[in-house]
Amino acid sequence: MKKLALPLLLSTLLAACSSTGPEATGAKVEDRSSGAGVATVTAGSTSGVRIPALVDPNNILSKRSIYFDYDSYVIKAEAKPLVEAHARFLVQNPNETMRIQGNTDERGSREYNLALGQKRADAVKQALLLLGAKEAQIESVSLGEEKPRCEEAAEACYAQNRRGDILYSAAGDY
Amino acid sequence: MLRGHTLTQMLAAFRLFVAAALASLSLGAQAQLSIEITGAGASRFPVVIPIFENESQLPRGVTDIVRADLERSGLFTLVDIGPQALSESTPPDLAGLRGRGADAVLTGTIAAQGDGRYQVRFRLFDTQKQAELGAMALPMAPAQNRAVGHRIADFVYEKLTGQPGYFSTRIAYVIKSGPNYELQVADADGVNAATALRSREPIISPAWSPDGQRLAYVSFEQKKPIVYVHTLATGQRRVVANFKGSNSAPAWSPDGSQLAVVLTKDGQSQLYALNADGSGVRRLASSSGIDTEPSWAADGNIYFTSDRGGSAQIYRVPAGGGSAQRVTFEGGYNVTPRPSPDGRQLAFITRNNGRFQVAVLDLASKQTTILTDSARDESPSFAPNGRMILYATETGGRGVLAAVSSDGRIKQRLTVQAADVREPAWGPQPR
Repeated sequence: MKKLALPLLLSTLLAACSSTGPEATGAKVEDRSSGAGVATVTAGSTSGVRIPALVDPNNILSKRSIYFDYDSYVIKAEAKPLVEAHARFLVQNPNETMRIQGNTDERGSREYNLALGQKRADAVKQALLLLGAKEAQIESVSLGEEKPRCEEAAEACYAQNRRGDILYSAAGDY
Repeated sequence: MLRGHTLTQMLAAFRLFVAAALASLSLGAQAQLSIEITGAGASRFPVVIPIFENESQLPRGVTDIVRADLERSGLFTLVDIGPQALSESTPPDLAGLRGRGADAVLTGTIAAQGDGRYQVRFRLFDTQKQAELGAMALPMAPAQNRAVGHRIADFVYEKLTGQPGYFSTRIAYVIKSGPNYELQVADADGVNAATALRSREPIISPAWSPDGQRLAYVSFEQKKPIVYVHTLATGQRRVVANFKGSNSAPAWSPDGSQLAVVLTKDGQSQLYALNADGSGVRRLASSSGIDTEPSWAADGNIYFTSDRGGSAQIYRVPAGGGSAQRVTFEGGYNVTPRPSPDGRQLAFITRNNGRFQVAVLDLASKQTTILTDSARDESPSFAPNGRMILYATETGGRGVLAAVSSDGRIKQRLTVQAADVREPAWGPQPR
């Protein structure tokens, strides 16, 4: 409730502040001086770490990225140990939840890439389910091309962006 | 709602508010879109737009706005006859103006009304037919000079081209500056930019409600794509689609009562419709592949992108249900379909020898024309009169907006200093 109320209060304050322009009494044209008619909202979210092992650099569970080949949605053999470790965590902690974010390189339409990133997230989710994780523990989503790890237009860079990232609410990731 | 708040929370909110206000001031100065014409129509209509009688009484001018609008459209060329005003009440010397190369002339008078307000009266003449094309009177407050100028430019444009103008419309777009994202709304000439949403996470796919009061968009502020509907005047936001998985690609129905969206709640990305308040979700189409990027045409068809046939192509399905029909056949990647307001054309992005370019398909003749020669075009969006297409592209590694006429002749570029601009959406004609 508190999280919701703050932006609401903020937008109320801003709306009150932005209504100081001249009144358009009977005018047939809209007054748009100084960007009138648009109130600014600031988005945000917060959280904290509950299970330190998930962010301990010496623990495999702190490794969260699974990389894919170009135009591929298949988990490579080299990523299997990592997937197995995360599956084990979910099996041993049935109340913990995970979000997998699929990512793509930047070529092509943003929304189509969002759908392609979803296929990568779904591939990771399927692998975890096969290893015993429960459906209710995992949400697969996509960030498409929106959060590139590397921003140069080169293949070495694109390869880093074709990945699935694992987030835990217990690690304060979301 | 506020009763549960402590003083600390109120103060925190106020500090945030002040910070946001300051940030908007600083970014506001550099976030001005500037528009540059990079290609014009083959034959431009020569017009005379002299200063209006008594216009110097206004703190800020009106006719300079009219001139800038008409010139930027690429359809007109301005004939300069010097600094003298032509009064609305005096018939102009049409033969003389024709002799100076003008095909049309606008005369006008600004009359003070004694209460600080003014009336603008203007008349448009055709020098070839030696006839008046129309006249109008608009009330105005001094601060409305830009809005009145756009209205007059719309009037001239419509009388001379036969199509409604688009100078009174607004555009929405997203600016990325470092780690910050801003969803902004500006007048169609790039002026009066205002920030509707500021976020540290991406914002994509803004879509105007048909009444021009709300934007639907996808925000990643909760670390996943969620569809919001945002009322611009109040800043009130409503989550309309936050199902398990991804929620994206909102598209308004022509009457504004529904949205088509893409959800992954039942598996892969698929098309659904829901009411504008988020209730009543139902499936629009089914495939075993990806269905995305819906766009709701005036005739009730929903155009969308799908890889159901093996490559990304455009299809359409009746909003009321029925079987999907494939629309594009040439090439291996045709995406982001956007039907023109009259339903005769479809703008989309096609991959042409590795370059992503804006194309239009004439739906009757099935003829496709590529309109641009750039390589990274995205997100085409028609002006409400169907004459121009706004889109995102890249120059020098930076995101910019560009516009091209649907015949490919007129080209404009819209840039913001030191920031990436993307995801444009051209708003509806104001009502």
